[in-house]
Amino acid sequence: MNSKLNDKFATTMLTAALFIIALMYLFPIVWLLLSSLKPGNELFSYPLKIFPDNPTLDGYAYSWQTMEFIKYFINTLIVAVVTTVLTVLASASCGFALAKYNYKWLNAFLICMLATTMLPTEVIMNPTFSVILNLNLYDSLAGLVIPSISTATGIFMFRQYFMTVPNDLLESARIDGANEGKIFFQLMLPIAKPVAITLAIFSFQWRWNDYIWPLIVLSDPNKYTVQIALRSIVGADNIDWVLLLSSSIISLVPMIIIFIVFQRYIMDTGATSGIKG
Amino acid sequence: MKDTNKKWAFIFVAANLVLFLLFFAWPALLGVYYSLTEYNGNVATFIGLENYINLFQDPSFYKAMSRTFLYTLIGVPLVYITSLFVSVMLTSNHTKGKNIAKIIFFFPWLVSPIVVGVLWRWMFGESFGFVNFVIQAIGGNPIPWSSNGDFAFIVVLFATAWAGTAFNMLIFIGAIISIPRSLYEAADVDGGSGWQKFWHVTLPSIRSTSFLVILLAVFNLMKEFPMVQSLTNGGPGTDTTFIVQYIYETGFDQMRVGYASAASMVLFVILLVFSLLQFRFAKGGKANE
Repeated sequence: MNSKLNDKFATTMLTAALFIIALMYLFPIVWLLLSSLKPGNELFSYPLKIFPDNPTLDGYAYSWQTMEFIKYFINTLIVAVVTTVLTVLASASCGFALAKYNYKWLNAFLICMLATTMLPTEVIMNPTFSVILNLNLYDSLAGLVIPSISTATGIFMFRQYFMTVPNDLLESARIDGANEGKIFFQLMLPIAKPVAITLAIFSFQWRWNDYIWPLIVLSDPNKYTVQIALRSIVGADNIDWVLLLSSSIISLVPMIIIFIVFQRYIMDTGATSGIKG
Repeated sequence: MKDTNKKWAFIFVAANLVLFLLFFAWPALLGVYYSLTEYNGNVATFIGLENYINLFQDPSFYKAMSRTFLYTLIGVPLVYITSLFVSVMLTSNHTKGKNIAKIIFFFPWLVSPIVVGVLWRWMFGESFGFVNFVIQAIGGNPIPWSSNGDFAFIVVLFATAWAGTAFNMLIFIGAIISIPRSLYEAADVDGGSGWQKFWHVTLPSIRSTSFLVILLAVFNLMKEFPMVQSLTNGGPGTDTTFIVQYIYETGFDQMRVGYASAASMVLFVILLVFSLLQFRFAKGGKANE
């Protein structure tokens, strides 16, 4: 009896603690959202009020006019979608080869891919910039797509997955006369669909939120991605907060939609364990 | 039969192989070469190890490096503890509403580093931020969150923990739910408290996951750049300027490409040492699995 009461007490306390912490995590984003609905003169008037007196979408209209969001969205979408499709294909085929063929040079390549995680682009920005210039990719969206296709994380995800696929399955397809390309595209790729979706979501998030590649590669404002456009507001000497708050919220919308649609693939912890952020 | 497989294996890895050579091997070798030259974007003059010698006598490099180490030293345990704490709460039998809470904790993953910086800059604004407003409302004095280097550093840590919890939480929850129930039942029979169960069952069982989370966090924090750029822009002064921002400013703003590349190489060696150390520890952990 006593222990049951204790249990109930513990449940109430821990649940309360969990939600207090959760609200602390939620608050900054709610505060940003509420602030973005305040008219400019209310934004800095003390004492601050949590809820706007006169909620307005003027800030959004203003940022939609000032910033060419449609352009930035289209640029970023092109980069994110094209890169994601190519990343999934390249990672799946590479992961398949690393899991199912046994050559010395393949093992060496696996170690090379491991090394890429230790020397990321952030660390060698200047030499990467020279390479981009040499390949004629400077100031082009292709310069954002091509270098980002290869990801060690994606390759490892597929490799781990294909290693669990029994070899008999491949052997019987080979006996039926299928060549390796056909086996990969018609047999292996379809059964790896959950991995493909998980990687696609991650790849999309990486590219949508990426800052460093566009920073290195782009200079023409017509080619700006969303993050670089935001950075141009926050990097100004006098930050235009009305513009910044609503623009930040607008930039979140696509990721929120992706999350709502694909929630179960993201939150299914079994599939995501072992992926780096 | 074998021969055609070899051809196919090559085709399957070809894309990644080419990309590896173009965007990893080439820049890496170029970086080594640049670091031995005086290079401003036009002509590279070979100067041997001069960049490295100057670098190790440069107080601004030491400052960026030591700030980065301090950030990693405090930030990694902070991220580790908050993510683990949240994950334990979300897997506990004694909490309700887990699904909603999990979505809230995961939300920051959707937010880009630039916007994370904006969020926390807005929360901690000195004269207009919510935090100082609350401090004043309860009778305190406003805190110089952006004009004092130490306070700015604390704000960066807040933002790091907030943004870093989501992903690590997923990894931890995955590990915790795969711990065999029987271990906890055995602890129940022995009359273990919740804390004892956490300390003697949960923590040892997720050892290899802990190593993974710490390794990823060390890497992420050592190369932090976008979030801090929009949060503090490295300031006040250079108090929150970390090494990647230092490399960026030296290499692109000041066009001292050779010098920046030398700094890159030093950072690379540090990351390499970290991962080798980590692999050693992780191997030790495997024996227990």
